[in-house]
Amino acid sequence: MQALTNRAKQVERAPMTFIEQLYLWNILKGMAITFMHMFKKQPTIRYPEQKREFSPVFRGLHVLNRDEEGKERCTACGLCAVACPAEAITMEAAERLEGEENLYREEKYAAKYEINMLRCIFCGLCEEACPKDAIYLSETFTPADFNRKNFIYKKTDLLIPNPTTDAEGFAAAKGVKTNEIGLKN
Amino acid sequence: MSEQQLFKVTIDNITIEVPAGTSILEAARKIGGEVAPPAMCFYSKLKGSGGKCRTCLVEVSKGSEKDPRPMPKLVASCRTTVMDGMEVKNITSPKVIDARAGVVEFLLLNHPLDCPICDQAGECHLQDLSYEHGKEGTRYEFQRRTFKKHDLGPYIQLHMTRCIMCFRCVFTADQLTENRVHGVLDRGDHAEIATFIEKSLDNDFIGNVIDVCPVGALTDKTFRFKNRVWFLKPMDAHRDCPKCSGKVTLWNRGEEVFRVTARKDEWGEVEDWICNECRFEKKHSNDWVIEGPREISRHSVISQGHYLDAVKPTETFLAVNDGRAPHLLLDIHTESDVNKPEIELSLINGPAHSNNFNSK
Repeated sequence: MQALTNRAKQVERAPMTFIEQLYLWNILKGMAITFMHMFKKQPTIRYPEQKREFSPVFRGLHVLNRDEEGKERCTACGLCAVACPAEAITMEAAERLEGEENLYREEKYAAKYEINMLRCIFCGLCEEACPKDAIYLSETFTPADFNRKNFIYKKTDLLIPNPTTDAEGFAAAKGVKTNEIGLKN
Repeated sequence: MSEQQLFKVTIDNITIEVPAGTSILEAARKIGGEVAPPAMCFYSKLKGSGGKCRTCLVEVSKGSEKDPRPMPKLVASCRTTVMDGMEVKNITSPKVIDARAGVVEFLLLNHPLDCPICDQAGECHLQDLSYEHGKEGTRYEFQRRTFKKHDLGPYIQLHMTRCIMCFRCVFTADQLTENRVHGVLDRGDHAEIATFIEKSLDNDFIGNVIDVCPVGALTDKTFRFKNRVWFLKPMDAHRDCPKCSGKVTLWNRGEEVFRVTARKDEWGEVEDWICNECRFEKKHSNDWVIEGPREISRHSVISQGHYLDAVKPTETFLAVNDGRAPHLLLDIHTESDVNKPEIELSLINGPAHSNNFNSK
């Protein structure tokens, strides 16, 4: 039969020599390779103790952003929901009352905002569509769970801590890097 | 001069014969498509409208057969009538394209660009116009003008900052209702649409000002912030109305009627005026005889997720499971707070507020 490529190699069917018949030599050869790897750089990490740094373009769990004064940026314009290919985002809008100007940036805001993390494919199109810089994908995973209801993320789960009342939480959520347990090379 | 005298006019190298007295804009609309200049203030169903926004500027490169000189300046096509042998350039003229970009920049000078909040977004003529003919940025560096808020009653929401002074709503009130209570106050930069003394607009047929408004300055208060237009399904429907034709477009989500508007043609103009009762009071789907889904241009955001001739699949679970009901049915409403089926958002008057959500 004609070979499909010129890289085909004929199988050697010569009878084994005495040393090869002992197997010991080949075992030692394999052990040497294993032993050599003890001095090589490890490609893996010890996961729960060590954590790999996320890539800057990593798309994880969503965050609903606030501005510097702690007002919610989202105006429930629906562009994230219309951009979402998985139809994971739903919302209900409401009108800002007088006296709520310190809570919401604009006259209209999202009274309810939900992302179904079971549907979400973390494509980041919502982030791209948002005209108000309100939704961001953070560098966190969605934690595993047994209950479906814990995957329906409501506004309380998504909203970033208020920078005026909880500056530390806000900074942590903004992703000030803590690199003590980062990957060592 | 006989009444049916026909003038030959060439617009963008397309020749058409139109009766004498037709405006260039209407002649171009007869050709249709891209040849028709955009219009923000002209409304073929309102007498006297047009000539204000200057978006319909065209170049007349040949005045007529008898006087072939070109017109020295760009002319407003809604107010210029055709002459025999006239040659008009619209999209084929770089002068027009440039002038139109300038006009859009002027219209957007004081426009707040709050499209994420605005209920008109998605069906806004100014949005379309600026996408098609506008420039990317603005050179305006000053504070945009703001106005004292006017309350126009329970039906109509006025956002004066978004207004582009097209006067369509004033003509509508003059020509459709028996008593106009709103108009334009002040002059120049201060000009605003308002009622002189705080008064609500509640004439019958006054709701049509919402439909004629090319921007989001006049919007439906009963629909305010309820949903975005592109999540709703436009359906043609009619009812026996003693006052108007009763032919409307319903904007549904599921069976709920979120909004009622008049039917609009391809130029965004109302086909039949509808009365206030049809527009604001009839928010039950059993008030209406539904004719079927309204055809929406597939370039519009409103057409997203809408499929013509879509067949709704029937539930086959019982058939394949020997008639036994499922042990466990996952209904999203048991977990989700949004779009609760027992709350008919469409029946709430006006927008929701934070206290509506606390009480539930």
